[in-house]
Amino acid sequence: MESSRRKFLKIAGLSVLGVGAKPVLDSLVQAGEPTYATDQEALEGTHWAMVVDMKKCRDDCRDCITACHRGHNVPEINNAKHEIKWIWNEDFKHAFPTQEHEHLAERLERQPFMVLCNHCDNPPCVRVCPTQATFKRKEDGVVMMDFHRCIGCRFCMAACPYGSRSFNWFNPRNYLDDTNPDFPTRAKGVVEKCNFCAERLAIGKIPLCVEACKEKALVFGDLDDPNSEVRKILRERFSIRRKPGLGTGPNIFYVI
Amino acid sequence: MYDGGKITAGLVIFLILITFPFWYNRGKASTTPERPYPKDQKACVEATNYMKASHMQLLNNWRDNVVRVANRIYTNKNGKTFKMSLTDTCLDCHTSKADFCDKCHNYLGVLPYCWDCHLTEKGKT
Ligand code: SF4
Ligand code: SF4
Repeated sequence: MESSRRKFLKIAGLSVLGVGAKPVLDSLVQAGEPTYATDQEALEGTHWAMVVDMKKCRDDCRDCITACHRGHNVPEINNAKHEIKWIWNEDFKHAFPTQEHEHLAERLERQPFMVLCNHCDNPPCVRVCPTQATFKRKEDGVVMMDFHRCIGCRFCMAACPYGSRSFNWFNPRNYLDDTNPDFPTRAKGVVEKCNFCAERLAIGKIPLCVEACKEKALVFGDLDDPNSEVRKILRERFSIRRKPGLGTGPNIFYVI
Repeated sequence: MYDGGKITAGLVIFLILITFPFWYNRGKASTTPERPYPKDQKACVEATNYMKASHMQLLNNWRDNVVRVANRIYTNKNGKTFKMSLTDTCLDCHTSKADFCDKCHNYLGVLPYCWDCHLTEKGKT
């Protein structure tokens, strides 16, 4: 008796499950889930980096800065407290404070160094971001910002030892005469920085600043590829990085 | 009772105020806004009903895919592919944000902040 009731319950249970599950399974099959994919043209790399050849960089040229800031709708605010910078000039003693000394070559002393986010191997900005708005892409090492998620707490600004991040104290649109519709602006209360032109890498283009430099002072490439141009330059020439002692592992190299 | 008159008057005023929206709109059914659908297009990225109800989820998935995963191409259930872009893809057909998006959002009282950053000008090629 006992065993037959158990059998009955088992069969009943299974058949209820079968009848109930069919429409669910059907609907799943019908849905034919949509899929997401990368662009076929996307540049392939596993460790993006940049080399800045300061022997080629001209003091009076701002082509890279103009191209980047135009392309990304970065507002021009002429106030050091409020300005927004993705790529900018810094003098040697501020860019490389631990390597400065009183007998520095005159050329280095006066030459403006082009600086941007270092897309660090071990980025402190990512570690401190409470919302994961700042994150490092495992696939290619780009340190990205998801502007949608930024809550403006500015922990990343405090954590970044290179001043690579800017905060929007005002609506940036008030400071833009001309906007590039292919890239959004930011909103008041959001932090921003160089994104290594992720939106261009995704469609097979090199970063804007690199493209804009007529002197070919900027070189972009994959550090994991021994045949890449960045690796070739680093093999042949002496290069330095900004504040290497901090252990952030910057991926922007300067040939001086 | 002290000030009975004042209390009654106050109650009457309170009742009138709180019921104001009901009798003010009496007899008038509110109508859902008419929105212009693109004339040269037959289908959206997904079925119209799904888009009506779930465009926000779709856009959210697009956003996460583009920004966080570096995926740019969306293939819908029918195998058709689209570039995941609000300014390029959506506004390509729905050319007027004011007529299409704002009308309905205003009617429903939802204020999405997409356009605080995304530009409404159609993308240049
Ligand atoms: S340079 Fe600053 S903002 Fe860029 S990855 Fe390093 S810590 Fe982050
Ligand atoms: S890599 Fe792109 S975002 Fe970064 S500084 Fe250069 S142009 Fe600007």
